[in-house]
This record gives sequence, C-alpha cells and structure tokens, in this order.
Amino acid sequence: MWRDHLTEIIVFSVLFLLVSAMGFVAARWRRPRDMAHLDEWGLGGRSFGGWITWFLVGGDLYTAYTFVAVPALIFGAGAAGFFAVPYTIVIYPLVFLVLCRLWSVSHRHGFVTPADFVRNRFGSPILALLVAITGIVATMPYIALQLVGIDAVLKTMGVTGDSAVARHLPIIIAFAILAAYTYQSGLRAPALIAFVKDSLIYVVILVAVIYLPYKLGGWGSIFDAADAKFQASPAPGDGILLNANNQLQYVTLAFGSALALFLYPHSITGVLASRNRDVIKRNMSALPAYSLLLGLIALLGYMAIAANVKPLPGAKAGSVDGNTVVPLLFDQQFPDWFAGVAYAAIGIGALVPAAIMSIAAANLFTRNIYKEYLKRDATPAQEANVSKITSLVVKVGAVACIVFLDPQFSIDLQLIGGVIILQTLPAVALGLYTRWFHRGALIAGWVAGMGLGMWMLYQIGNPATGKKHFAGSAFPLSEFGFDTKKTIYVGIVAVLVNLVVAALGTLVLRAAKVAEGPDGTTPDDYFADEGTPRATAAADPAPEPVA
Amino acid sequence: MATPEPEALDTARSRAKDKSPWNWLLFIPIVVPLIPAFFNADSPRLFGFPRFYWLQLAWILLGVGTTTLVYRMTRKKRGDH
Repeated sequence: MWRDHLTEIIVFSVLFLLVSAMGFVAARWRRPRDMAHLDEWGLGGRSFGGWITWFLVGGDLYTAYTFVAVPALIFGAGAAGFFAVPYTIVIYPLVFLVLCRLWSVSHRHGFVTPADFVRNRFGSPILALLVAITGIVATMPYIALQLVGIDAVLKTMGVTGDSAVARHLPIIIAFAILAAYTYQSGLRAPALIAFVKDSLIYVVILVAVIYLPYKLGGWGSIFDAADAKFQASPAPGDGILLNANNQLQYVTLAFGSALALFLYPHSITGVLASRNRDVIKRNMSALPAYSLLLGLIALLGYMAIAANVKPLPGAKAGSVDGNTVVPLLFDQQFPDWFAGVAYAAIGIGALVPAAIMSIAAANLFTRNIYKEYLKRDATPAQEANVSKITSLVVKVGAVACIVFLDPQFSIDLQLIGGVIILQTLPAVALGLYTRWFHRGALIAGWVAGMGLGMWMLYQIGNPATGKKHFAGSAFPLSEFGFDTKKTIYVGIVAVLVNLVVAALGTLVLRAAKVAEGPDGTTPDDYFADEGTPRATAAADPAPEPVA
Repeated sequence: MATPEPEALDTARSRAKDKSPWNWLLFIPIVVPLIPAFFNADSPRLFGFPRFYWLQLAWILLGVGTTTLVYRMTRKKRGDH
C-alpha cells in the first residue's frame, strides 16, 4: 500500500520537483549568444570544463538502470554480475587515446555525431547512414530502460494501479517534465542536474556501505550468506566466484561492453561537449571514482541476500522482478526519509542519461538523416529545431515501449543494442586511426557482424525461465562445434567477424580498383586542440551520391 | 585555408606528444583486469572481502594511477590560451 510509504513518496517528489525546476533554469546557465544552434542545444556550446564533464559523463555512463540492474544480477547470479567493475576500468584507458582523437577531428570540422565523422572520413553517406541508424536503434531501448529503473522504485513505494495507463501515470508525468526541459535547455539541463544526481548517489551509497555491513554482521558474513545461498541453489552458473565455464564470458563481456559503451552516441555527446583535450584526459583519471561506486553498489546485491530480501513479483505470474531488490533493501533497512532520498537518487539518476541519450539520438537524426537526405541546405537554427522536436519524439517512443510492451522487451533490445553498436567499431574507432579500410568493405563487415550477432542472440535460450530466444548474451561455444561448456560474449565474436570481412573486402575492392572516396580530414586534425580554427567548408569533400 | 605559422608548429608539437611511448603503459590497465587467474579465488580475504572482490576493486587504482601518470608525462606545456 502506498500509504505506508508516505514519507518516502514525499521526499522523492520534493527532490524530483526541485531537480525539474533546475532543468528549466539550465537554459540560462552559461547562457550562449545564440541558443538556436545545434552546437549550443546539442553540445552545450562545446565548452564544458573538468568538473562539469566529470558529473555529466559520470551521470551519463552510470545510469539508473545500471544502479538497479547490476546489484539485481549479483543478487541472482553472484560473481558473474561483477563484470561491471572490470568493464568500467578498462574503458578509460581506451577512451583516453581514441576519443581524444575524435574530439580533435570533431572540433576542427564541427562534427556533432560519430556518423558525421564517418561521412567525412570515408566520403560515404551510406556508411554514415548505417552508423547513424545503428546508433539510434541501440539508444532507444536504453532510454526505455531508464524508465525500468524509475518503475522499480515506484513499485516498491506501492505506487501502482490496475490499468496499464494508471500504473504508468507517474512515469508518463516524469518523462513529460523531462521532455519539456530538455526541449528548452538542451544538454545544459542534464549537465546541471547531474550535480544533484551524483551528489545524492554518492551520499546514499557511502552511508549504505558503511552502515549496512555494520548492521548485517560485517562484510565477511555478507559474503558467507551469499555463498550459502548459491551453494544451495541448483543453478550451475552461480556462486561468489567464477567457474571454469563462465570465465571467458566474464572477460569478453567486460571488454566488449567497454568497447560498446564509448561507441554509444550518448557517451560521444558527453565527450564532445568538453572544452579541450586536457579536460577529457584529466577526466579519464577522475571518472573511475564512479567505478568504485558501482562496485560498491553491485555488492548491495549480496547485502540484500544477507538481509533476506524477497523481490516483488514481476509482470508475469510466478516471476519475480529482481530489479526491486535494492529499493526493497533500502525500504527494509533505513528510515523512511533516507529511503526516500535513495529513491530520488535513482529516479533523478534515470533523468540525466535519458536526457543525454535522447539528445544524442536526435542529433544523429538531424545531422545524418534530415540534413543529409531531407534538407541539404538546413540552417543551424533549423537543425537545432529539428533536433529539439526529435528529442520529444524519441521520449514518447521510449514511454510507449514501457507502457504498451512488456519491459522485458526493452531489456532484450538493450542486450541487442550493445551487440549492434559494437559493429560501428571498425568505421568509427579504427577509422580514427587508419583510412586503410575501404568504405564498401566496412559496409560489408557491418552487414556480416550484424547478421551473425542477431543469429547468435536468437539462439540463446534460458531453460530456467523457459525463454527460447534472446535470453542473454552468453553464447555456448558448443554451438560452433567445440567440445566444451564454455560461453563467450556474442558482441566480441560478431565484431571479430565484422573486422575480418572488412579486411578481406578491402583487399578485394582495392584489387578491383573500386573508387575509394575522398578523405575530408588531414592527419593534423586528429591532434587539434582548443584554439585551432575550424577547417573551412571548402575543405570538406563534395557530397557524393554513391558509396 | 592557409594555416598560420605558429599553429602549424603547435600541432606538430602536439602530434609528437601524442605519439609518446608513455601511451603504451595504458595497455596495462586494459589487459590486467581481464585476466581471471589473478582474481578468481576466495583467499586471502581482506576486511571480509574475498580476493575476487577486493582485487578487482583495487584494479581501479591501477587504472587511475596509469592514466594519471600517462597524462602527466604527455601533457603539453601550453601558454595561456
């Protein structure tokens, strides 16, 4: 019953409204000369310094869904869920080198999206279109998942209803507010809100990881309780350590997820909004503070085991909603007002990434579909306007996904999203280093990687839940004819095949002397820093109709 | 567009810095956290944490240390921009 949770609901609502007000005020914050420009609305004027970037990118990469789903995974499967920690360690050294180059070349040429870069680098509008569509398709379910995070909190507070619309009314209202201030303030809104969100999360988690072990008999007994639970369960893959069969999956999932994360349009948007290369590099040393936080949050899953938390029932009869374990843990162990603060942290935590993701998807549509195919001579003001409207459409789509479809559908889609965004790696990440690949071969590699990735995901079932397809990302190597029980992350296999096809295709196309297309960038562009002027439009290659 | 002389110098210098051998150090925090043989064990425990957990959390420090070192060693000496 929601009446039992009145204090929590009040604290949650007050903080939520406070943050919404900040979102609207953000349009005035660091006020630009001219908001009617995509650089201003979509990239915050490319002017963010170290602190803002830290909060913005941190708030962007570590989403509410992460904070809810990772402990849920640990609660359910144990050690395998801890992959989030190596994943978020490995990403920063990768970004340190690669995204600095992307920042520089984007700074020189005024690129807003990764597809802009591909368009210019390989002289191929079709390859750019593929990169843009991949980005949009991968981002949409990610936005929907942020709603799953809020949903878990609302459910725990007893805010539910009988009909689908009544049950989701709070989410619809929350997203309507979010859509309104994103429309008005652009990237400045999540940048400003991120300060509140992250401060709340840090306070909540630090209190939780000091107080809860004290209450539950110390860390040793928390791990022992988890160990006892997994020993007793019949599932073969769980435990507080990895077993011989899931180590390869653990490592490839961590590495593949790291590669995927920085290819996501919303990460790139956060990075491109920073002021110079120094800001990015310093942040790569400072952002791992969030990884420590994530590691501690993950362990809340074990605390929930030690505290005997029983997750709330899921959407289908007989199933449980693992995402409710963390909200329930706070409800059970803390005073109401503090649980309310924790819920607000999760709820607001959903808004920051959702706003950035919708901006990133909108920028992709505007730059690489609208401007490329619908209105070549769009002015910067028109671009900004189209982006603002698209960001609204994207959010309506995300809400519709959650209200009308089984949330499980969004979770499946997000799983697929990680695999498909990886297929842009050869064009975007390797493209920053080498122009060796042929544009036609990159397209062929993309098609091969996509096809194989989808087929592999389709093959994965889970006998425990009765799901036959898309039940996870751990692909049994026995399906390839190996005599082993080991599993591997789908994305890694798909991107390797993608690379092989792209390399072989390049050799073939070059031997056949197929036109390469112009490269609109110069080697120096990849090292340009703040203060280097924009390359003139004449330096960009003329639009070409065929790839 | 003709690039002014001081800028050409500036980019040439930054390119030299980008090619620094210090960058190779960044492979350490990419490779080490991905070797389960290091961390996939219960003992020794530290403050009650099995090795699996405390050692992986410790790799965060390895990552921070390495990126900070590489940043400092490759930083451009810049005037006031």
